[in-house]
Amino acid sequence: MALKLTINKLSFNYTSFPVLKDVDLTVDLGEILSIVGPNGSGKSTFLKCINRILKTKQNTVLIDGKDASKINLKELSKIMGYVPQNSTSTFPFTVFDMVLMGRKPHIHWSLSERDYEIVAETMNFLGINELAMRHFNELSSGEQQKVIIARALAQQPQILLLDEPTSNLDIKHQLEILNILKCLAQSKHCSVIVAMHDLNLASRFSDRLLIIKQGCIFAVGTPESVLTEENIESVYGVKSRVTNSVLDRPQVTPIVSVSNGVENSKIASQITSKHK
Amino acid sequence: MSTAAELKRLYHKGKKRKIIVILSIFIALLIAVLVSVSLGAGSPGFEAAIRVIFSKIFPFLNIDPGSKLTQSIILDLRLPRIVLAIIAGAGLAASGATMQGALRNPLVSSYILGISAAAGFGAALAIVFGIGVLGGVGSYLVIVNAFIFSLLAMVIVYGVARLRGVTTETVILAGVAIGFLFSALLALIQYLAPQYEALQAVVFWLMGGLTKASWEGILIVFPIVVVTVVLMVQQSWNINVMSMGEEVATSLGVTSKRVLTITMVLETLATASIISFTGVIGFVCLISPHISRMLIGSDHRFLIPCSALVGACLLLCSDTVGRLVLQPTELPVGIVTSLLGVPFFIYILVSKRRQSWR
Repeated sequence: MALKLTINKLSFNYTSFPVLKDVDLTVDLGEILSIVGPNGSGKSTFLKCINRILKTKQNTVLIDGKDASKINLKELSKIMGYVPQNSTSTFPFTVFDMVLMGRKPHIHWSLSERDYEIVAETMNFLGINELAMRHFNELSSGEQQKVIIARALAQQPQILLLDEPTSNLDIKHQLEILNILKCLAQSKHCSVIVAMHDLNLASRFSDRLLIIKQGCIFAVGTPESVLTEENIESVYGVKSRVTNSVLDRPQVTPIVSVSNGVENSKIASQITSKHK
Repeated sequence: MSTAAELKRLYHKGKKRKIIVILSIFIALLIAVLVSVSLGAGSPGFEAAIRVIFSKIFPFLNIDPGSKLTQSIILDLRLPRIVLAIIAGAGLAASGATMQGALRNPLVSSYILGISAAAGFGAALAIVFGIGVLGGVGSYLVIVNAFIFSLLAMVIVYGVARLRGVTTETVILAGVAIGFLFSALLALIQYLAPQYEALQAVVFWLMGGLTKASWEGILIVFPIVVVTVVLMVQQSWNINVMSMGEEVATSLGVTSKRVLTITMVLETLATASIISFTGVIGFVCLISPHISRMLIGSDHRFLIPCSALVGACLLLCSDTVGRLVLQPTELPVGIVTSLLGVPFFIYILVSKRRQSWR
C-alpha cells in the first residue's frame, strides 16, 4: 500500500521563538528527500513535527489526506519510523531486544513467531546478525546507528525519518547506511526523509533536496537545481564552488565563510582567482 | 534465510536461560522458606514444622499435627512472618524495578515519591497524638494513617509534576522535595512528642520490621500486591521502550506521560500497602532490581518478576537472620537487610565486568 505525505502550512514555536514558519511540502512515494540547512535552521524540529514528537496544529501533517494529529499514536507508529540523532539506553539491552522494540506498535499482548521472524530478517537485511547478542551500549557508533535503523525498519514503516544518520560515522559506514536507505526506498517503496549536514552525500543519494533556512523552505528540487553557488552562499554564508563529481552529481567545495571579516575574504579572493 | 532462523534460535536460547534463572531463584526461595520455618525461638524443628503445614494443607492425609503449642508457633508466629516477608520483599522489589525503568534512573527506589517519609509522618501522627484521618482503632489507626499519607504524597508529587508536564525529571525532583517536606514534618512531631514511649514507638516503626505480621494483615496486603505486580509486568513493554527516551518512545507509539502515571499509581499502591504494615523497609527495592539486572538483563518482562523473587528471598533471609542472631531478642529486618545486602551487592558490583546501567 502506498502512502502520500503532505505538509501543509506547518509552523512550530519553542515557547515564543518560531522555529518553523508555514512549511509546505509533498513527499512522493519511494523517494529519498534530504533536508539540509545550517545548524538551528529547523531540520530536526521539522522531522519531530512530522512524527508528532512535537505537537503541531491540526491539518498541518496529512497522511493520505488524513490529519496525522487525529491518528492514534500507536497506529501512527505503524506507518512512520524515526531514527534519532543520538541513541543511548539507560539500561543495557542486547541488540536483538533493541530491534525487537520496533515491534512494539504491532504487539497486543505477547509476541508472535512472526514478530521474531521480522526482527531476524531485518537484522539479516542490515548485516548485523553477528551483533545480535552483544550489548547496544558496547557497540561503535556506526554499529549502533545500524541497530537503530533496524529497529525503525522492524516497525515496517512506509515513511522513515532519520535525523543526521551519518554525522558520527566513517566514510565506509556513511556509504553503507545511505545505500541501505536507497535500497529501502527502491525495493520497499518506503519514503525516506533524511536531515543531513553533508551536502555532497545528500547530493549523491537523494532524489530531491530541500534547503531550509531559518524555518522556511529556501529551495526544493533535484540536487542539480538546488545546489548552486548562489543558494549556498545565501543560506550558509559560505562561498563555494559547485562542480560535477565523478558520479555525475553536483559536488560542493566550500571555500570561505563570507561573514568572517577582511582576513577571510582576502583568502577567498586568492583562492578563487587561482582557479579562474 | 538460514541465518535469520539461526538468529531466532539464538534468541530463544537466551530466553530459556532467563526462565531457568528465574526458576532457580524460585527454588532458592522455597528452600529459604523451609529453613526459616524450622528455625527460631521455641522447640519445633524441621520435621514438626513440615508435619503441621502438611496437616493443614492436606487434612485428608490424617497427619498428626503435634501439640497445640507447636501448631501455634508454626501457624501463628513463624508462617505469617515468612509469608509477609515474601509479599513485602516481592512487592517492594517489583516496584523498585518498575520505577527505575519508568524513570530511567538506577538510583530510584520505590520510595522516590516521598512515600516513606509520608508514611512515617502518618504513622507518627497516629502513634504520638492518636490522630487518624479515617476512623480505625489501635494498631489499625497507624496502618490506615500511613497508607493514606503515602497516597497523599503521590498525589501531591503527581500534581506538582503535572504543572510542568509529567517528565522523569519533574517527577523525581518533586518526589525528593515532597519527601523532604514530610521528613521535616515527621521530625517536628518527634521533637514535640510529649512522652518518651511514643517517641520510641515512632523510631521503632520507622526501622521497619515484620514482628507484627498477622494473617489479617496478609489478607489485605496479598491481593493488592499481586494485582499491582501483575499490572506492572503488563507495562513491561512500555517501560522497555521508555528506557530509550521519551522521543523514541513516542515514535514507537508509547505515550510516556501515560505510562509514567500508571506506574506511579501501581508502585504507590503496592509500596504504601506494604509499609503501612511493616514500617519502612529500605534497600530491598533499590538493590533487588540491580541484582536481577546483572543476572538476566534489562528486559522488564523478565526483570520485574525476577526482581520480585530476589526481593522476597532477600527479605526472608534477612528476617530469618534477624530473628536468630541475637536470641532471645531480635534485630529489625531493616538493619539486617542493609548489613547483609550491602556486602553482597558490592561483591556482585565488582565481580561483574558489565555495568548494569549507564
